Amino acid sequence: MSGIVSYGYYIPSFRITIKEIADMWNKKALSIQKSLNMHEKAVSGIDEDSLTMAYESACHALLDVKIKRSKIKALFFGTESPSYAVNPSSTILGDLLGLDNNYLAYDTQFACKAATGAIISSIGLLKSNMAEYVLVCASDKATAKPHDALEYTAASGSVTLLLGKTDIILEIVDFESFSTDTPDFWRREGIRYPSHGGRFTGKPSYFYHIEKSTQSLLKKQKLHPEDFKHAVFHMPNGKYPIQIAQSLGFKKSQIEKSLIVSYLGNSYTASSLMGLMSVLETACEGDLIFLASYGSGAGSDAFVLKVTKNLKKRRKDFKSKLKDKKYINYTTYLKYMNAV
Amino acid sequence: MNSIIGYYTTCFGELWDKSLFDLVKESIQGVFKSACIEKRQIDAVFFGNMLAGILENNLHSSSKIAEILKVNIPVFRVESACASGSIAFHLANQYLNSKSGKTVLVIGAEKMTDYPVQEITNALLGALSGEEQAAGLTFPGAYAMMAKAYMKKYGYGEKSLAYVSFKNHFHGSLNKQAHFQKKVTIRNILESPYIADPLKIFDCSPISDGACSLILTSDKSLIKKAKHSVSVLSCETATDTISLKKRKKIYELESTKIAADKAFKKAKLKRKDINVAEVHDCFSIAEILAMEDLGFWKKGKGGKLITYGLTMLGSNSKPIVNTSGGLKSAGHPVGATGVKQIGEIFLQLTNQAQNRQVKNLKYGLAHNIGGSGGTAVVTILGKKS
Repeated sequence: MSGIVSYGYYIPSFRITIKEIADMWNKKALSIQKSLNMHEKAVSGIDEDSLTMAYESACHALLDVKIKRSKIKALFFGTESPSYAVNPSSTILGDLLGLDNNYLAYDTQFACKAATGAIISSIGLLKSNMAEYVLVCASDKATAKPHDALEYTAASGSVTLLLGKTDIILEIVDFESFSTDTPDFWRREGIRYPSHGGRFTGKPSYFYHIEKSTQSLLKKQKLHPEDFKHAVFHMPNGKYPIQIAQSLGFKKSQIEKSLIVSYLGNSYTASSLMGLMSVLETACEGDLIFLASYGSGAGSDAFVLKVTKNLKKRRKDFKSKLKDKKYINYTTYLKYMNAV
Repeated sequence: MNSIIGYYTTCFGELWDKSLFDLVKESIQGVFKSACIEKRQIDAVFFGNMLAGILENNLHSSSKIAEILKVNIPVFRVESACASGSIAFHLANQYLNSKSGKTVLVIGAEKMTDYPVQEITNALLGALSGEEQAAGLTFPGAYAMMAKAYMKKYGYGEKSLAYVSFKNHFHGSLNKQAHFQKKVTIRNILESPYIADPLKIFDCSPISDGACSLILTSDKSLIKKAKHSVSVLSCETATDTISLKKRKKIYELESTKIAADKAFKKAKLKRKDINVAEVHDCFSIAEILAMEDLGFWKKGKGGKLITYGLTMLGSNSKPIVNTSGGLKSAGHPVGATGVKQIGEIFLQLTNQAQNRQVKNLKYGLAHNIGGSGGTAVVTILGKKS
């Protein structure tokens, strides 16, 4: 049985409200809040980037597991805001965490699903006994061009999962991937901010891919939406996950706990996994959890997860951490995002 | 006299799974079926398109249409900004008048939504003067200046503009091919964000994909056999300076006035004879200016008269305007728009407009603008007597 042994997350303490951004651009804050179903987002500080946040979440994940770091034989780092264009973040993180040097390290890139893809690769390593433990890190300091619609949602955050085969808290029962060449969101080499296809990022992209991966996995597992206690969908905004859940037959009560985007924003690779962090705060032994990520370009990884009795040993507070926050104005936001 | 004997339009909207020529092909197949004719009966093709050369590096589209049709007949590509479709129709009408052929296919098509907004905005700027482009003017900016000048001159507020979009969205809600099929309230419009003051998002027509085709013929036997036909009483065009700054007044379109006078004279009709009209509402202000410049309303009165709902379906007044939803709600795939406007009048005059049908009709008018008024085309159609 392979699955998640431990988890950790990092949410930066700074917040900017949708109203603050809307007011700056002379837009109607209320209508933007309503259309995105969001009121604020998390912002990393001037001295934080995807790597520093990954270090924080990885330390959090390793805090309560007593395993020798030398047993972690692979470290995957999923991000679309790497500290270096060429130079792996995974090796820097591995060094900072004190892993011995006999481990496989690489960074993965697939928009917001770079880390869930790495989870699937990790399962292969675990099942083939090529690794006892694998660390998968999702971390992003997501940037958006000032005045672009993305500015309201692109946020910062990090999640790290320790995967293994013993003492697991969350069994990965099965997974399914769906991929196509769909250019809905991209950033070319040397270009500072990403571009996107507006509404094209919706129906033929986010909705189509998640629908396909989900339907395929449910069919394979002979499961139905009502079999799950919780469901988590990638959260580019507060509206899409509700719409996809409804169209697939999940009830609002099943996704409610995972909808962290309205107050944390979209932390890209960490987005759906951050929703899982919130769900794990209250999930009980035996609960089935459905998770579907989405990565532009495009693809979706869907997972059936099952909570084991070990969760209560390593359950972490989520809500209480959110209280540590400080609101910043738009100018400070630009400074923290290195835009000025 | 030439007659339209068939019309077909694709849906307008964000048609991401269809290319420009997928849309063209669908409209050709549709119009052949609608007119019950075969390609061997077509003597020439006129294709209105503005942007394929800029956006797709696809200028030689006439040859592509020959490839789709598998024919070797003359195919003419026509470009005149947002009036490309109706200029194609105008030339097709002239082609038949000169007896160069008997039956022609007129196509208007545009593919816009596959491109980022900045790229489309830039491509559309090709219809503004070089100096205005260099100064940073955009189309919403140009029409915003016209709106401001009009509102200042005659003392109207933004609410007058809102009534244009309110009406056209209502009409669009009745059109299954429209880009937007949703009614909006005056409040929705007035609370929508500004694009270029005083024009808000609901004052502006969208970027759309779509294609339309018409069959135009002078062949009496075809007209006699046709299930539906309408007569082309006149199709006239006029031009004006491309630069706004060179015009005497920027709150009226000289090209519209000239083309309308010529068209009414040729059709031997008066303004009051027109029952239904499709006018160019790329921005809400454009419909008010069009109603005045076409001579339906006295200059300066449009801002008031639009609020009375005189041109809305259900009104006893005439003409009823933009039953398709106009550019605002039906969508604005620029090269297709002129053909769609004429097609909508064809549908109305042949009682095929379904739940947006205006009753007791005899004459209809289509008015299409290129740029900010650099080109105007006015077409008057009459019911088969």
